[in-house]
Amino acid sequence: MTRSFLARNPSVLIFIACLALFTLAVTLMSEAGGSGAISTSFVKTLGKTLCLCLVALAMDLVWGYTGILSLGHMAFFGLGGYMIGMWLMYARTETIVTASMSNAAIPPTDQEIVDAIGTQIFGVVGGSEFPPVWAFADSLWMQLALVVLVPGLLALVFGWLAFRSRVTGVYLSILTQAMTLALALYLFQNDSGLRGNNGLSGLQNIPGLTGMPQSVLSLWFFWASAFALGAGYLLCAWVVSGKFGSVIRGIRDDEARVRFLGYSVEGYKLFVFTLTAVIAGIAGALYYPQAGIINPAEIAPIASIYLAVWVAIGGRGRLYGAVIGAAFVSLLSTWFTGGQVPSVPLGFYTVDWVDWWQVLLGLSFVLVTLFAPQGIGGLFDLVTGRRPPDRHGADLGPDKGSFREREAEQ
Amino acid sequence: MSQLLEVSGVSVTFDGFKAINNLSFSIGDAELRAIIGPNGAGKTTFMDIVTGKTRPDEGSVLWGEMSQSLLKMNESQIARAGVGRKFQRPTVFEDQTVYANLAMALKKSRSPWSVLASRPSEADRVRIEELAAEIGLADALRRKSGELSHGQKQWLEIGMLLAQEPRLLLVDEPAAGMTLAEREHTTDLLKEAAKTRAVVVVEHDMEFVRRLDCRVTVLHEGSVLAEGSLDHVTKNQDVIDVYLGR
Repeated sequence: MTRSFLARNPSVLIFIACLALFTLAVTLMSEAGGSGAISTSFVKTLGKTLCLCLVALAMDLVWGYTGILSLGHMAFFGLGGYMIGMWLMYARTETIVTASMSNAAIPPTDQEIVDAIGTQIFGVVGGSEFPPVWAFADSLWMQLALVVLVPGLLALVFGWLAFRSRVTGVYLSILTQAMTLALALYLFQNDSGLRGNNGLSGLQNIPGLTGMPQSVLSLWFFWASAFALGAGYLLCAWVVSGKFGSVIRGIRDDEARVRFLGYSVEGYKLFVFTLTAVIAGIAGALYYPQAGIINPAEIAPIASIYLAVWVAIGGRGRLYGAVIGAAFVSLLSTWFTGGQVPSVPLGFYTVDWVDWWQVLLGLSFVLVTLFAPQGIGGLFDLVTGRRPPDRHGADLGPDKGSFREREAEQ
Repeated sequence: MSQLLEVSGVSVTFDGFKAINNLSFSIGDAELRAIIGPNGAGKTTFMDIVTGKTRPDEGSVLWGEMSQSLLKMNESQIARAGVGRKFQRPTVFEDQTVYANLAMALKKSRSPWSVLASRPSEADRVRIEELAAEIGLADALRRKSGELSHGQKQWLEIGMLLAQEPRLLLVDEPAAGMTLAEREHTTDLLKEAAKTRAVVVVEHDMEFVRRLDCRVTVLHEGSVLAEGSLDHVTKNQDVIDVYLGR
């Protein structure tokens, strides 16, 4: 029991090695770092995919391990994106405005500059005043802190209210859907202070790095995303490896029993919910500068449902499963919806994959849930021989003489 | 003599049905007590009240030297105060190893932060191996508890209770579904546990109660009908009428 963390979890080492190899390969094939076999836009897609893998890890921790089917984690992801987006937009507009006003005969005052930035940013929603939520938008460090604090606090308050009232199961899922829907609807309003349905845009331009080509920037963000995914994986693996993992899996399987063991189930759920919200926020803060734009549609309820689908297809309750599911499904989705897949003419009807992809996704979700509840990650069990006993819940025979499953003899 | 647990004048009504009716019960340190009674006598509801699962309509449940009221605490606080409970059906975490099950139950800080920071220690391992030997599962520590037989699961659950080091053990039908040999082992475990702590056993099976050789409380329609040694209560005419005579 005293072996090191990595020795007890060899899959972590394998995962980190695979991630490092992948990062190296992409770097060598990118336009900025090597042969140029991979276009800059595809590097961005891969970087975004790594961020989605990170939020899928969070989802696996909260759903696969703790058994809380949260259908609202993309709200935290989006909030993280909004927080970093505010600084990106403010700082970039500031450089543009300062440059254009410096030609004026009388040098502008600080207040004039701020007003001009406000007009630039909020002109699209018919305003020019900075709403209170933009109070710290001029400070990168403050906004970076808010990336963690805003999703974390929202999760803490929401989770405290929900778990304290012992809302569980499907009711909690509905509540989290309501939360993300309410947040999306609020942000859709022009007077919410975050530019309504226009969202925040131009996020791919990093202030102070205007001379830097996108091919280089995309690679930097790709590296940052890979690093965040690796660190997130280590953190999640560490959290679930020890006694804490034992307790949260216990909560998933039999909440009441854990309570009678003396553990405060609500405290543990709140801890996991908040931690995963913070991870989701960080993933979002890395995702949206690569996407370039964020608007309230990103945190619509369907986004969080997709997240659950990725984790289910990848395999709940194992961290690499979540990563595989998110990467596989989101890349496949990019491929199908990108219009590059040839349509299938059936004579009487032409199957256009842009429209039919969602049907395919829905069908595969149903099939995976029914026939392969372990998901894609379950394929690794075939290799390692870690098959669960298929006893349909019955006990093993009590004595050696009676019928026993083969695994009891191992 | 000061009592460990004092339940007095407790009543519970479910949809007009009085499950517990003005029940009073007390037990001291290091005492073994059996509770018997026909179906629906309120045995399980009584345990639910003590462990905080059900709130009584009236009455009081006082605990320990400080006479704390258990009614103001939730399930996990009551468990931390020193009340351990074994359910009728064995409820162990089937997806986890016997070792992990016992490790989770060990008496240690239960807060998320300290559990997150806790690392397996040598002292824990020794304690877990001791417990496993006591419940006859020393060879099964690395097995998933879902693979155990029914009787072994019952023992594992008793082992988890012992690991919690509770001052009061509530045990609901420990012998249900056990073979004769398993029953004898269970009786020994409970008697051994009762040397250092209070143990309350709810049981249907008279033979099992006789083997426990302890004071018996007979429940009927939510209140205490008789109390005393098994021979004493089995001679009681009321008890014969409602329970034994049928």
